[in-house]
Amino acid sequence: METIVFSLLNGVIYGLLLFMLSSGLTLIFSMMGVLNFAHASFYMLGAYFAYTVTDATSYWFALIFAPILVGLVGAGVEKWGLRRVHANGHVAELLFTFGLAYLIDEVIKIVYGRNAVDYRVPEALDFPLFTLYGAQYPAYRIFMLFVAVAMLVALWVLLKRTRAGLIIQAALTHPHMVGHLGHNVPMIFMTVFGVGCALAGLAGVIGGNYLVTDPFMAAYMGPIVFVVVVIGGMGSLEGAFVASILLGLLQTFAVSVDASFADLFGWIGLSSATEVGRITIAQLAPMLPYLLLVLILFVRPRGLMGEREL
Amino acid sequence: MNAQSQMQEPMLSVRDLHAYYGKSHVLRGVTLHIQPGEVIALLGRNGVGRSTTAKAIMGEVAPKGEITFKGQPIAGLESHRIARLGLGYVPESRDIFPTMTVRQNLILGIKDMKRPGKYSIEQMLEMFPNLAARADNPAGVLSGGEKQMLTMCRTLMGDPDLIIIDEPTEGLAPKIVQQIGDMIAEIAKTGVAILLVEQKLSIALRIASRVYVMGHGEIVFEGTPAEFRTRDDVRKEWLEV
Repeated sequence: METIVFSLLNGVIYGLLLFMLSSGLTLIFSMMGVLNFAHASFYMLGAYFAYTVTDATSYWFALIFAPILVGLVGAGVEKWGLRRVHANGHVAELLFTFGLAYLIDEVIKIVYGRNAVDYRVPEALDFPLFTLYGAQYPAYRIFMLFVAVAMLVALWVLLKRTRAGLIIQAALTHPHMVGHLGHNVPMIFMTVFGVGCALAGLAGVIGGNYLVTDPFMAAYMGPIVFVVVVIGGMGSLEGAFVASILLGLLQTFAVSVDASFADLFGWIGLSSATEVGRITIAQLAPMLPYLLLVLILFVRPRGLMGEREL
Repeated sequence: MNAQSQMQEPMLSVRDLHAYYGKSHVLRGVTLHIQPGEVIALLGRNGVGRSTTAKAIMGEVAPKGEITFKGQPIAGLESHRIARLGLGYVPESRDIFPTMTVRQNLILGIKDMKRPGKYSIEQMLEMFPNLAARADNPAGVLSGGEKQMLTMCRTLMGDPDLIIIDEPTEGLAPKIVQQIGDMIAEIAKTGVAILLVEQKLSIALRIASRVYVMGHGEIVFEGTPAEFRTRDDVRKEWLEV
């Protein structure tokens, strides 16, 4: 019971963090028609910017300004980079974001070094919030939950309840028509790209100190976010949400399952004394997202809620 | 500028317009003009460049040549800038936003919430009871005729001075064609100029005060509907299949 409650909480929090990254990625996908390989790099930028801003001022400033900075960098990339490359087609765009991801990685390594920086959970939030079944639960995780839910609600209200949100949604599917109605589509695209990057940056701000802030965090997170977007269905925010939570729970529960293949073999009456038998379910946890990715592409190529196939 | 010269100055003037799709030369020097409040029809067979003319004026296809709207050169401007000068466009593909409601589609037709146009959403719905009955349904479930109405209403929400309407009656039943024709005539009565791209002569000749016929990427006839009716040669050579 104890394990289940803890895993559930942790899984949901991790899932929401994934959603913060994948919501921006899926919006940008709807717009460009290609995956932005550099998306997780903006997550990393968020964490590093937050580290620097926290050092100079405080964590609370960083929480506000680091995502804004990341958003501005993203908007600049769209305006002066992607928009020019766009004329040369999807492959050029894809390669551009691919190169950009490596470029950001290298810049981070030059500026901050190859080792993890000391970006910590702020002291004000570094205490156990409550005790559950005799174990303490850190306040910062609940804070992450709070920020993620606030962002989720804000994004939903913006997209579904405001005229600006309607214009954005329409521009994603019918950019020419939206332009003919007098709305500045290039500006909308730049804003969507910027906001998507800012959300990734926010995930970096609240996730970087909870996990770890090093030059490899983008490379670690990037593939998982792609998995979320593909499983959820390219371009579907709802799908990205469901897939994020699903993957969050799946990975957290797998890690907490204290069983090995030997036990499994035992149940079905096979000998447990093999090398395979020594593998634990927890060890399989990092593999699960990719297993799911392969299965989904096999069974349902448009993902859980996607409207178009890859 | 006095009233006299304003009368003579065309609202939209297209001079020697060329356009290309890759290497194929689609428009080969189209010249036409529209006065304020005038309704003109652009006729021609499929593939002669009528829709491309509309797209080139609206900035969706790269234009070569001179296009002025209210005296301002607009060739090659971004489409939202052209729209904001008062030029509305109802494309052949209709392009309603299918997952949004009829009301939301109309909201998106408003260019600037701070400066509302001639019609409010409620007024627009009052004028078109068919749409009002479905105001809160997703636009994707509308019939073809209703979608066409919605597209025109959505463009009207932006208060244009000239609307380019491309093939509004394509694929519609004869009774609905009649309704759409009436609607365009109604819009014209409010003083909005209309450039109607049509294939159905009945509609075009009923509404338009001037007719252009296109063939092979250029204008091959220009005149009033009465003049057009006397020219069987034009009809045979450029319109009949």
